[in-house]
Amino acid sequence: MSLDRSTVEKVAQLAKLAIDEDDKDRLAGELNAIIGFVEQLSELDTTGVQPMTSVVEANAPLRADVVNDGDIAEKVLANAPERVQDFFAVPKVVE
Amino acid sequence: MTKLNELKISEALDGMAKGDFTSVELTQDCITAMEQTKELNAFIVETPGKAREMAAASDARRAKGEAGVMEGIPIGMKDLFCTQGTQTTAASHILEGFVPQYESTVSQNLWNAGSVMLGKLNLDEFAMGSANITSHFGNVVNPWQRNNGSNARMVPGGSSGGSAASVAANSVLGATGTDTGGSIRQPAAFCGITGIKPTYGRCSRWGVVAFASSLDQAGPMTRSVRDCAIMLEAMAGYDKKDSTSINRPVPSYQNEMTGSIKGKRIGVPKEYRVDGTSDEIIKLWEQGIEWMRDAGAEIVDISLPHTKYALPAYYIVAPAEASSNLARYDGIRYGHRVEGEDLNDLYCKTRADGFGDEVQRRIMIGAYVLSAGFYDAYYNKARQVRTLIANDFKAAFGQVDAILTPTAPTPAFGDNEIQDDPIAMYLNDVFTVPASLAGLPAMSVPAGLSNDGLPLGLHLIGQPFEEGELLNIGGVMEKAAAFSAKPQLRAGA
Repeated sequence: MSLDRSTVEKVAQLAKLAIDEDDKDRLAGELNAIIGFVEQLSELDTTGVQPMTSVVEANAPLRADVVNDGDIAEKVLANAPERVQDFFAVPKVVE
Repeated sequence: MTKLNELKISEALDGMAKGDFTSVELTQDCITAMEQTKELNAFIVETPGKAREMAAASDARRAKGEAGVMEGIPIGMKDLFCTQGTQTTAASHILEGFVPQYESTVSQNLWNAGSVMLGKLNLDEFAMGSANITSHFGNVVNPWQRNNGSNARMVPGGSSGGSAASVAANSVLGATGTDTGGSIRQPAAFCGITGIKPTYGRCSRWGVVAFASSLDQAGPMTRSVRDCAIMLEAMAGYDKKDSTSINRPVPSYQNEMTGSIKGKRIGVPKEYRVDGTSDEIIKLWEQGIEWMRDAGAEIVDISLPHTKYALPAYYIVAPAEASSNLARYDGIRYGHRVEGEDLNDLYCKTRADGFGDEVQRRIMIGAYVLSAGFYDAYYNKARQVRTLIANDFKAAFGQVDAILTPTAPTPAFGDNEIQDDPIAMYLNDVFTVPASLAGLPAMSVPAGLSNDGLPLGLHLIGQPFEEGELLNIGGVMEKAAAFSAKPQLRAGA
């Protein structure tokens, strides 16, 4: 498996990363090296092996479905790059 | 006379209990030491004013007879733990200026136990790295130098490089670290200190900036095994805000340090004799085996057959989780923002500008291995291999109580000797990653010096929730090793 420039472009779009034209070949090389390294796993026969979902054997805890906090708009918005009243502000998304 | 900042946590607690000195005096010596070691770049933010206030409050509590297990002890906080009112960055430009409105559970536990905060410690960006060279706030310098007269600056290891460097340089008595694939243990080895990653679920992850959630675990970094026991007791515990934290009581780890390992079975895995490990590290490992045998332990040769697949599995699982966790940094709710032509452009420009190269590389690997058509071949395959690795350990623990290996394949290297190849850097964690994948507690104890005078660590892996036993064995190792060398660039040297 080899990552080419177009795969790099696709992955960058999935990851929401703007990448410069000049960096695409370098990135393809670096990502290929890493993917080449992890490809070793294909040597192993893992037929019937359960994929690990949790490293500790514990049941997911349940809690009552109740409101247990709130009314902290100032705290929630304290680090917002831009706000309008009690809202996060973003560029217009609908014309 | 020993300066107060040079004391171990256990010694400082005794001294304050006896009334020999106060937390205010101890904290002042640490603040002076921080100033003397600024060239290490171990701190992103120093909080001397807050430290003095916390120390005075601690002295008042002690006077009232309300001393906690870490009462009056000045520590550094890895800048991955959210601290209310104090900037928390994960060493990333994308979080520069972020001031949390809440406190992480682990840091709150430490304040509740009486600890004093000296500042926020530098790290690899988002805890991704093994040399502390990916921080937006600059590299951390290892206080150790080679004994060949060169002034070459060594890396402190990573990602908890600022934690390891500040503990080794005596500017703090202890520091928090986090460990995803070795980020406590490898820098502890590189800087000649002790660090333990507890069992996954032992410390709450709530309020810790997430890297790879199924692997991340907090732990202490200190100048002795006993100090790790004291500090871990304060950090650990169930937290209903972290659904992966485990609801079981935290024992007194110090009480479990009996100093006897007679009859304990210590496993030595043959698969850890990997290519590229330096001869002096193999020699130290053999020395460690002798120390364990001399202390009355039985040495058992064991096999962990899937060891060689741990690192490749890790470099699928960890980036996959990182790509998902780091999706939240979008320039909308907090952190850095770069304006764009539209919302998508804003996202892409913000993230390209805010994340460094290594973080971007891992996000892209993660997005790739999770993408349609590759999910089974990479991500699910890696999770299956993780099961096999965990099963290897389970089988081994049928025969042994703990496992002894080296911590890292080499001593610290110079910051001018770093290879450009990311894979070469990843190999630093070859001995620490398997225990991470299996969620097991593991620690590094300083055990000797390399031929050129740099510290080397030995690595002990324990059974789930047997931190007490692990610390006991570590304490025996520490006593046998009698490691007493000091780094050149420590405070006041």
